[in-house]
Amino acid sequence: MSDTKQLCLSGKGVTKVFGHGKTKTVAVDNVDFEFYSGDLISIVGESGSGKTTLIKMLLGLTSVTDGEIHFMGQPRDIKTRHKKKEYWKGIQAIFQDPYSSYNIFSKIDTVLLDCIHMRGGRRLPKETKTEMMREACSFVNLKFDEMTNKYPFELSGGQMQRLMIARIFLLKPKILLADEPTSMIDACSRATILDFLLKLRDEVGMTIIFITHDMGLAYYVSDTVFIMEKGKIVEHGSANDVILNPKAPYTVQLLNDIPKIHDPWEFSRNRREVSDAG
Amino acid sequence: MKTHLRAVLRSGKFIVGFTIFAAILLLVFIYPLFNPGNPLQMIGYNSFTKPGTYVSLYDSLDTRRVYTFRPPGAADVRIDAKLSPEDRESIMEWLLSYSEQEGLGLTERDIDIEYTEGLMALWWQYYDSEIRLDGMTIARRREFERLDLRLDGLFNLDDLHVMALDPETGEYDILFATVSDDDYVNVDDVANVIYLPLGTDGFGRDVLKQLVSAIGTSLWIGLIAGSIATAIGLTLGLISGYIGGIVDDIVMFFTNLITVIPGIVLLILISYSISQLERGPVTVAIVIGVTGWAWTTRSVRSQVMSLRNRDHVNLSKLSGHSIPKIIVRDILPYIASYVVMAFILQISIGILSEATLSMLGLGPSTTTTATLGLMLDWSIMKSTAHISGAWWAYYPVILAIALISFSLNLMNTGLDQVFNPQLRD
Repeated sequence: MSDTKQLCLSGKGVTKVFGHGKTKTVAVDNVDFEFYSGDLISIVGESGSGKTTLIKMLLGLTSVTDGEIHFMGQPRDIKTRHKKKEYWKGIQAIFQDPYSSYNIFSKIDTVLLDCIHMRGGRRLPKETKTEMMREACSFVNLKFDEMTNKYPFELSGGQMQRLMIARIFLLKPKILLADEPTSMIDACSRATILDFLLKLRDEVGMTIIFITHDMGLAYYVSDTVFIMEKGKIVEHGSANDVILNPKAPYTVQLLNDIPKIHDPWEFSRNRREVSDAG
Repeated sequence: MKTHLRAVLRSGKFIVGFTIFAAILLLVFIYPLFNPGNPLQMIGYNSFTKPGTYVSLYDSLDTRRVYTFRPPGAADVRIDAKLSPEDRESIMEWLLSYSEQEGLGLTERDIDIEYTEGLMALWWQYYDSEIRLDGMTIARRREFERLDLRLDGLFNLDDLHVMALDPETGEYDILFATVSDDDYVNVDDVANVIYLPLGTDGFGRDVLKQLVSAIGTSLWIGLIAGSIATAIGLTLGLISGYIGGIVDDIVMFFTNLITVIPGIVLLILISYSISQLERGPVTVAIVIGVTGWAWTTRSVRSQVMSLRNRDHVNLSKLSGHSIPKIIVRDILPYIASYVVMAFILQISIGILSEATLSMLGLGPSTTTTATLGLMLDWSIMKSTAHISGAWWAYYPVILAIALISFSLNLMNTGLDQVFNPQLRD
């Protein structure tokens, strides 16, 4: 299946090092990856495994210490501000914490208008802009007319994250990096957010790179799974391969950390098996 | 924002500080309406006139509306008014130390400070302004001199005859007025009355009028110096904090350079290099502002550095905003409350720096405007106010400086408690 798919984002030997000398920390260590367009890719790992740093590098928010990143088959060039802006038209992100993702001094309209302006819609008539914003909001089941002149922090966490998706809907990037978009909101809203992400992929045709620490979630949504441990990708492949047939011990451990409600005994027995195997 | 505003108005410290500051401002604006004119006008030739209401002696005698009261014990009342319990204590203190020095053998039991005649007899017997007692300061000696002058003729109950010179005979024989100790004049009937609530300074200028004008000027200096320091500090802090890298290194190099040189040295050197005539209040304010931005830069920088990696800034970057736009829209509003606090503190520092410079004679050029620092300078300039016992020439100034910086600091602390959740009580 991957033969017909186009390579949209790939990296070779991507490394990020913070500090130098004794305080040197390798956050992302010589990572190779290939992301194909139209996929929903999960990057799974625990806190501190370098997921977020990788995302920041992919977004161009942090410099890359070493290695190359290719975007749509071309080496990525984000040296000037103009080129960066062009790059960000193709790649966007949703952050983990909806409460800190918004400028608390800007109204919701401003957030959405910025996206229209970025897509070159600065000179559009006001009615068209309003119509576009209304459409984006209805895409994520928000009522635009109730939200004009409100501030983002007046919404609930789930609504804020949905607004974030509405923002992405307006920007229509080729790639969306979702950095644990569901970890800060309650379980009921979580499913909704995931549904909207899938809807984005299916209706708009976006490639979604989904960062999570939750294996179950990754299995539920993704086509391809990358497992990261201490800055390295230890295992990758299709979701079925990786999760039903794990090879790396770290993957097995992650799988065992998924809480099983019905069978606590099974859970602890699994644990023992791991230690036996290890 | 609204909740913050409400919290500010509920903060006791802020309200107290604001009330004091508003009262000072009100005084600055309203007092000149009631007492217009040049605050530096010399209204009398004598230096350090005591605070009080001055009635023209000539006009009081000339009112022709003299009321003869006969209050019981009028003489005692007059003596009590002239010789306060503190004066009695002072007299005893002088007598005791004199007797100790000369070996007179006077003890506390010999001196009854309640018995006026006895006390005064001893005083007039021994006191001489030429006598120098061991360990007595000049200021204290002058105090006793003034006390002695005041007590002259304490028991005199004779009528006072005011004569006029007869131009024909050249003799004092035309009786102008006879005043007995029972005669009183209503102040309202006297034509020429001067109110000096804080007396005059060493140049015979009304201290209160000068003080009000000086507070106004000093607040201006503080405002200008504070604005300049905050503007420079904010701009450099934002740039070095947000952009980082080599820009940060360069800015921090200069900031550290200014931080390690004591501010007062820099102030003195720059002020000294500007000639006295060109040093107006605005020049001094600019000098203070230009030297005082370092710590604002440092603190704004650290605030910005913690903000620049927040998600909302990243989102703004991803929306393709330019650096100036991100700074103005996504960084500045978040540190606005902090900047306001820094600004208030800078005003207070500006006022204090001006006072320091002026005390050293490096303030605004004298004789054109009054500032709080210049008033202090003047009070130690000619005949020192402290030695002359003229507390009114410098205490009110010190009080004004203390009140202004106290109120500003209180407002600053109040705001800090509102905006910094960790300090909220």
